[in-house]
Amino acid sequence: MEEENKVTLHGTWFSPYAKRVELALKLKGIPFEYVEEDLKNKSPLLLKYNPVYKKVPVLVHNGKPIAESFCIIEYIDETWKNSPQLLPEDPYKRAKVRFWSSFIHQQLYEAMLTVMKAAGEAQGKAIKELLEKLQVLEEGMKDFFPNGTPSISNRNMGILEIMICSLLGPYKLQEEVIGIKIIGPEKTPLIFSWLTAINELPLVKELAPPQDKTVALLKFVRENALKSSSA
Amino acid sequence: MEEVKLLGTWASPFSYRVLWALKHKAIKYEYVEEDIFNKSELLLRCNPIHKKIPVLIHGGKPIAESIVILEYIEEIWPENPLLPQDPYERTMARFWIKFGEDKGPIFFNFFHTVGEEQVKATEEAKELLKIIEEYGLGEKEFFGGDKIGLTDIVYGWIACWLDAFAEAAGVKLLEADSFPQLQAWADRFKEVPLIKDNLPNHDKMLTYFKSRREKIIASATS
Repeated sequence: MEEENKVTLHGTWFSPYAKRVELALKLKGIPFEYVEEDLKNKSPLLLKYNPVYKKVPVLVHNGKPIAESFCIIEYIDETWKNSPQLLPEDPYKRAKVRFWSSFIHQQLYEAMLTVMKAAGEAQGKAIKELLEKLQVLEEGMKDFFPNGTPSISNRNMGILEIMICSLLGPYKLQEEVIGIKIIGPEKTPLIFSWLTAINELPLVKELAPPQDKTVALLKFVRENALKSSSA
Repeated sequence: MEEVKLLGTWASPFSYRVLWALKHKAIKYEYVEEDIFNKSELLLRCNPIHKKIPVLIHGGKPIAESIVILEYIEEIWPENPLLPQDPYERTMARFWIKFGEDKGPIFFNFFHTVGEEQVKATEEAKELLKIIEEYGLGEKEFFGGDKIGLTDIVYGWIACWLDAFAEAAGVKLLEADSFPQLQAWADRFKEVPLIKDNLPNHDKMLTYFKSRREKIIASATS
């Protein structure tokens, strides 16, 4: 591929942030080269492209690097204006999407990580907090899906779908590892049907890493965290 | 034009970000001072999830979270733009804005901690300042280039609030010899008429932060 218009994504197979960008690129049909990074042995190129965070994902377009998944996705949406449009046109709707993206990225993500890394009483407390935040999201999403059953396709996937998919797409596997159900048609009907619709898309299935690999990684993260907290 | 209302507080840098953006674009608005210890019904109704200021209400529609509000203002009122036109430059501005938001809580740890923890938190804050100075600002006059942009507005707290916070907490952070470029930027930023004419009273701020710091120390040592 020529340097002009060349797109490269530096990521790792397990990074939900890299997954977001991959999804965005594939949804828009943007050809790109993927580079798998080894985070224990970061390439000089990664460190050069992202000296601030030294993390994945990094998108390189026309030789210029961009880091931070939400920033990358906004850049993709503004540079490749073909459908699907990842952020809405209307400024007020955009503001709502930004607000909820931030909520999913900061609050939900952190709550989930805390549950993953805790046990006993601490986990009980963390689960309660996660479930409360899921309820807040459930209420908030009624604004986006007033008819109650989201119908998601490659043509209307947007940044909110990308955010929720990267965090909770593998919720069944996460539930397996933490031993508690967090998403379901009784407690979170809207989020449940939203995730089901998203997970059914061939593109999403194609990009999901192998289930056994994901479960092994989640178990590793959990065991590691429990070991160091009891050390 | 539809009515614009800003719910804020006099000492909050987040409040001022929105105020500066509105004034920069000469947007008429009504300012409502909130009491964070006695939040109004309006605030709780407009921001039920975080219950925080600032909140912008435009034609009756509420928007919360200062960065979300700033992007909204930029989109609705594109005159006197605060973000670059070029998509890559715009993305870089957003990257630094996000960096500030991500690291914000870590940054202010020095104010909320005592003893050993405070020493560590102060060092971490200095490391962040170094990154912002070296990679964010670089050799530029302002984060936005030769005039202020959204990134400058979002980092306004470094220029106008950090001193008072640090003094109240008994630490030194933005020292001119350690951060020459950032200090120079802070001095330039404070001289911009829009900013100079719209700042909280420094002494009032210091008194307020000192009283908050006393409460933090009291609960840490009780």
